[in-house]
Amino acid sequence: MNFFFEVLIGGLLSGVMYALVALGFVLIYKASGVFNFAQGAMVFFAALTFVSIMELGVPFWPAFALALASMVVLAVVTERVVLRPLVNQPQITLFMATIGLGFLIEGLAQGMWGAAVHGLEIGIVDEPIAWTMDNWGIGVSTFDLFAAGVSAVLVTVLAVFFNKTRVGRALRAVADDHQAALAIGIPLQSIWRIVWAVAGFVALVAGVMWGARNGVQFALTFVALKALPVLIIGGFESVAGAIVGGLIIGASEKIGEVYVGPLVGGGIEGWFAYMVALLFLLVRPEGLFGEKHIDRV
Amino acid sequence: MPPAPALAVQTAAPYLNINNIEVIYDHVILVLKGVSLQVEQGKIVALLGANGAGKTTTLKAVSNLLHAERGDVTKGSIEFAGKRVDRLTPAQLVKMGVVQVMEGRHCFQHLTVEENLLTGAYTCRGGHTRQDLEKVYTYFPRIKQRRTSLAGYTSGGEQQMTAIGRALMARPKMILLDEPSMGLAPQIVEEIFEIVRDLNQREGVSFLLAEQNTMVALRYADFGYILETGRVVMEGAAAELANNEDVKEFYLGLSSAGRKNFRDVKHYRRRKRWLA
Repeated sequence: MNFFFEVLIGGLLSGVMYALVALGFVLIYKASGVFNFAQGAMVFFAALTFVSIMELGVPFWPAFALALASMVVLAVVTERVVLRPLVNQPQITLFMATIGLGFLIEGLAQGMWGAAVHGLEIGIVDEPIAWTMDNWGIGVSTFDLFAAGVSAVLVTVLAVFFNKTRVGRALRAVADDHQAALAIGIPLQSIWRIVWAVAGFVALVAGVMWGARNGVQFALTFVALKALPVLIIGGFESVAGAIVGGLIIGASEKIGEVYVGPLVGGGIEGWFAYMVALLFLLVRPEGLFGEKHIDRV
Repeated sequence: MPPAPALAVQTAAPYLNINNIEVIYDHVILVLKGVSLQVEQGKIVALLGANGAGKTTTLKAVSNLLHAERGDVTKGSIEFAGKRVDRLTPAQLVKMGVVQVMEGRHCFQHLTVEENLLTGAYTCRGGHTRQDLEKVYTYFPRIKQRRTSLAGYTSGGEQQMTAIGRALMARPKMILLDEPSMGLAPQIVEEIFEIVRDLNQREGVSFLLAEQNTMVALRYADFGYILETGRVVMEGAAAELANNEDVKEFYLGLSSAGRKNFRDVKHYRRRKRWLA
């Protein structure tokens, strides 16, 4: 039984890491109704910028601030060059634009900092905590626990921001109806700059966490693909959904690998999440916490 | 030359002055062919006409929402309170006190009624949001009861009230109200127009009102303009327009020969044209 719990907790905590990436998608989807295909590239760009600045000898926090500044610049430029000319175009147009943007950001990151793989040390070790080992016989990684703490803080801040603040309300309003938001004087352009900057911040946090675990390398862009089933399960519009979806994916992936994997020859961790998402699509296409489409008839 | 006395200047220039504007969509489609109209401070002015006459376009030209639809004011000028406003962004215009309530309500469906109202106060910073909210609720007691439900689940009338209430939260001096009666039961239409009159009299908000429902609009308005295919074809005090034979004939379906049936009116219309 202890082994089961160890697998479950390990799965849940790795799910939190997926949720971190998924959060970035949720933010932009909430505010502009666009699935931002470039989010994975943004995670990569943020992590690479951060680690490269650190390698120049800059300490952790100043490097973090500089990387954050670069994400804000990226957000402002994106709004001006990509989003503003595409106001009121169909969503598919914007979606296609983000695919292009993704390639551009990947290229930009590698052009500036090179394509080498970097190790990233943030001072948290990826080792089991002795206390849980001694008392319950369950191995829980310090790093995973730290990641969970970071996401908990991030989610709380974002939830308050969206639901309680003036700008947060305006963001949701813009997502609902661009035109009406314009008509009551919400400046779309600054709203989009804010939301892309916040998404950049989330990408930076996710990039640092993932980079610390797997090394900062091009493969970080594919982390975004793992966020996809998370979003399908949790719902594209919900911050809480990103977390719950992440937990479900993480746990089912690990449990599937350990208990179902041997029956089919193993290696199912790679695709099990997508299977779960597919089943969800059949039953509840808007996801657990997604907004139902409101139709007046 | 000595400067003219301030009072004279104020009375000389109308509050909202649309001067011979031309609007082109997509660089080719000419929708407004030189529309001029004025709204005096504290008045309700109705903009009447059939589908596609250019009522909504005129309102959007004022509120600068045309750009989002690839439209552009190519000629003429628009002044509000003596200042040119044709090159301002919608947000700047809202700050000046001109807010549009769009056709078809456009409430934020996934926000609650109260959140909808609060978004209206976006441009209006300062500690008076709570009081303004209470004021809106006194004008629209009906939506106070629904304030925690999602706007998408409220009735058409409640959404229209939410949309007007949302505009009020920006503390407007003038509201551009587009087709408030659309899709609503006659009783609700009366209720909404009563509130419009109330707001006009008690809060001093001026209204420019686009309506297809000519009869109701003329009853509440002070002045009216009739648009047809992008031109103003007639203007006058609301009472005069309501009694004008042609208006009766074309828009109210009445004539000196008594009430006509719809087919005859349509037939008649095809032959007779306005003297423009």
